[in-house]
Amino acid sequence: MQNNADQAPISVTGLNHWFGTGDARKQALFDINMDIEPGKLTVMMGPSGSGKTTLLTLMGCLREVQAGSINLLGEELNGAGTALQVASRRKLGFIFQAHNLHESLTALQNVCMGLEVQGIMDREVQREASTHLLTLLGLGARADYLPQNLSGGQKQRVAIARALVANPSVVFADEPTAALDKKSSVDVVGMLKRLGQERGTTTVMVTHDATIVGLADRIVTLEEGRIVKDVIPD
Amino acid sequence: MVELLTRILGRMPIGWLQLFHSKGRLAAALAGVAFANVLVFVQLGILGALNTNIVAGYSLFDADIMVSASDANTMTDGSNVPRQRMFQALAVPGIVDAMPLYIGVADWVQANGTTISFRVYGVDPLAGNFLSAKVGADVSHLQLLGTALLDQRTRGVSADFLGGFGPSNPLRFEMRNETLTVKGQFTLGSGFSEDGNLIVSDQTFLRLFDNRASGAPNHIFLKVQKGMNPQHVIERLKQVLPTDITRIRTVAEAASEDQVYQTTERPTGLIFGFGVVVGVLVGFVIVYQVLSTDVADHLKEYATFKAMGYEQRFFTSIVLEEAVILAVLGFIPGYIIAQTLYIGLASMTGLPVAMTLTRVIWVFAGTVIACAASGIFATRRLAAADPADLF
Repeated sequence: MQNNADQAPISVTGLNHWFGTGDARKQALFDINMDIEPGKLTVMMGPSGSGKTTLLTLMGCLREVQAGSINLLGEELNGAGTALQVASRRKLGFIFQAHNLHESLTALQNVCMGLEVQGIMDREVQREASTHLLTLLGLGARADYLPQNLSGGQKQRVAIARALVANPSVVFADEPTAALDKKSSVDVVGMLKRLGQERGTTTVMVTHDATIVGLADRIVTLEEGRIVKDVIPD
Repeated sequence: MVELLTRILGRMPIGWLQLFHSKGRLAAALAGVAFANVLVFVQLGILGALNTNIVAGYSLFDADIMVSASDANTMTDGSNVPRQRMFQALAVPGIVDAMPLYIGVADWVQANGTTISFRVYGVDPLAGNFLSAKVGADVSHLQLLGTALLDQRTRGVSADFLGGFGPSNPLRFEMRNETLTVKGQFTLGSGFSEDGNLIVSDQTFLRLFDNRASGAPNHIFLKVQKGMNPQHVIERLKQVLPTDITRIRTVAEAASEDQVYQTTERPTGLIFGFGVVVGVLVGFVIVYQVLSTDVADHLKEYATFKAMGYEQRFFTSIVLEEAVILAVLGFIPGYIIAQTLYIGLASMTGLPVAMTLTRVIWVFAGTVIACAASGIFATRRLAAADPADLF
């Protein structure tokens, strides 16, 4: 599932996007052009309504591309049908602001769901891979806990494990630390970055959280639907 | 169970895990399905008792063809038929024997003031070959005026009470100002309108019902020559008897038409049939409510699975899994309660309310189908799970 190391896993060219119809039609993105480097943690920042989440959902095949081009792992998303979108999403990992764990599944079962969607149905293989990742994230002893019995940080770590367990080429994270305290935020994103580096995973993260920006390999800032700053920290 | 279901489904049994995670909701859902099952079982049980009861009257007799008045939709409804038709029928080639049947309803007012109503069958005591083996008693005893055979499953008359009587100490009672002596017993059972049955001779019948005439029985039973097809004989009879005022059918056809008439034309049958429909609808609505609420409660999780790349059929299979689990688990208490109610109903009313394997299978299959249909309806709400909304 790993992409060619030198090729940009995501390439955005001349991307425009609108919401609404008729008089209510409003442009959310204006001529976005960017390549995301493989194996790096790219952070997208900007005020609310700047278009960063819209850009993330477009790159993550969760919305249809209206104008311009997004090449994701070698597939052109403009004009891609539902089947291709669904198939492309299986190559990705998603981490949401709310952990969105399934409340009736244990931490281990939640992580296993990230393997089942890939067609990996062998229970032993599922258990081994999921337990290994949960252990790396410090949750080995809580693998059989239901989400209701985990803290916010622990739930988010389970969500990270679920996103990474199938070893995706790209992980999209939207405000993954919004519900966490400062220490947990740094811990969670630190783990995400470390695992990404170990596995060669490209991570694109939307955040407002200045405390975790220091971990970024690249910071892209959007305002009013346009990229206004694109820096690689020292 | 999780391991077993994982093997069966080939995936994690999310439906099972979801249902058992919310135990209160699961209990309410199972109670709803069980309630719907009880409703359907009870309605079907009573409808079945009605059907059994209708056929029971015919089962007392052993004949091939039944001649009735054209408006005789049931065994007891309609006009009488002239006895002259019996003699006309006997002249038709293929008819070897005939017997008129008289039917009336009479009350036995007991010493304690309670009334037991009987359906009284008046038969020719010399035509014992027209009585089925079910009667089991010698009808020739009925030649003696004022004698009767009593249904030992008569409602309101206990078996212990009847056991105290015998040939040397026969039961005697007054009915319509006539003294009847019970010379034997048979087993049939009470009906919806009468408590039991009596078989008397035609002469005793005419004394009990002085408004009836020997020339106008309710029906005429005919026997055809051995080896002959009754349908061919019926065709011959139709050329001799006036078909505009006479119905000529085999006894089996008459019983079947009686059942159809009483279950589809009479209020009793319609009410119980309607009750079955209501039961199914109640179950459908309850399961739909449970499943659609469940889907609504898990929309975020489903949207997350959609974002991960799970396809629509995966979500449909979860909802159907839940529907089938509810059907199976709800059926078990529903069946047990219904079986208990059947026993109570049969004991209290004397009606033949009994569980049959066929009914159990049909109700179970119906429950699974209704729950699955509810589940399919509930999956429409899954369309609201848009993964883009998660961001």
